Amino acid sequence: MSVSIGDVAPDFALTDTEGRRWSVAHYDGAPATVVVFTCNHCPYARAWHDRITQVARDYAARGVRVLAVNSNDAERYPADSLDAMRERVAREDWPMPYLRDATQAVAREYGATVTPDVFVLDTEGRLRYRGAPDADYDNPSERAEWLRDALDAVLAGSIVSRPETKPVGCSIKWKS
Amino acid sequence: MLWWEGCPSTERAVEAVRDALTGLGLADVQVRMREIQTDEDAQDTGFVGSPTILIDGQDIVPAAADEHIGLSCRVYRRRDGRISPTPDPDDLSEALRRAAERAGVTR
Repeated sequence: MSVSIGDVAPDFALTDTEGRRWSVAHYDGAPATVVVFTCNHCPYARAWHDRITQVARDYAARGVRVLAVNSNDAERYPADSLDAMRERVAREDWPMPYLRDATQAVAREYGATVTPDVFVLDTEGRLRYRGAPDADYDNPSERAEWLRDALDAVLAGSIVSRPETKPVGCSIKWKS
Repeated sequence: MLWWEGCPSTERAVEAVRDALTGLGLADVQVRMREIQTDEDAQDTGFVGSPTILIDGQDIVPAAADEHIGLSCRVYRRRDGRISPTPDPDDLSEALRRAAERAGVTR
């Protein structure tokens, strides 16, 4: 299963590192919600992390909500365990909740393939962008521009000019 | 170079090695590629992530003792502190230069 551009993304309810429950955008009227599948152990996710958190900060005042989701198999990759997620959030300054997708059901429903894999939903929960944050994990000056472009378009009520890009990163670590 | 198909940076890593070798006047040095395909391969080789670059069997960035062995992408830290899937080009050049000096093949 996966979500296509224009589809209403599946609902989910996941718990963050503090035990709080979160669901997708159309429940609370946020003008846009970013769901980013990410993790602790992947260098691509970590290379892009600061750019994504900066987007979360820059767009918070405009009502955009960012949800980070870790779906990796924590048995084979202990760096992605809930405890390791908690330690990371405690160590770093996270402007977004870090959710545990222990059953991997959300990653499967969205069709996420790598970390990071970015999904932008509009206020109706429809998928408006899916892909990488920007063109180069190794170039911080890219500033997650593809993600910012998508959010700007959604917030302006206009068409996202580049609705899909190829997500680049570590494969999601599925349970055997 | 030990690599795993689950990481998309192999091509960029090979280019970095070739660029470093060319910069040292060693463009004709052979780069051997070995694909790590299974968890068993990873355990047998002590594979801590893709790409792992060995010069005469020595990792150019020695792994920490508690680093996870398995099929994953390797985390490198660049000299400016950034996290990257590939090593810092200066670390790579320095490792290759030292190896060339040891082998007496500097040009």
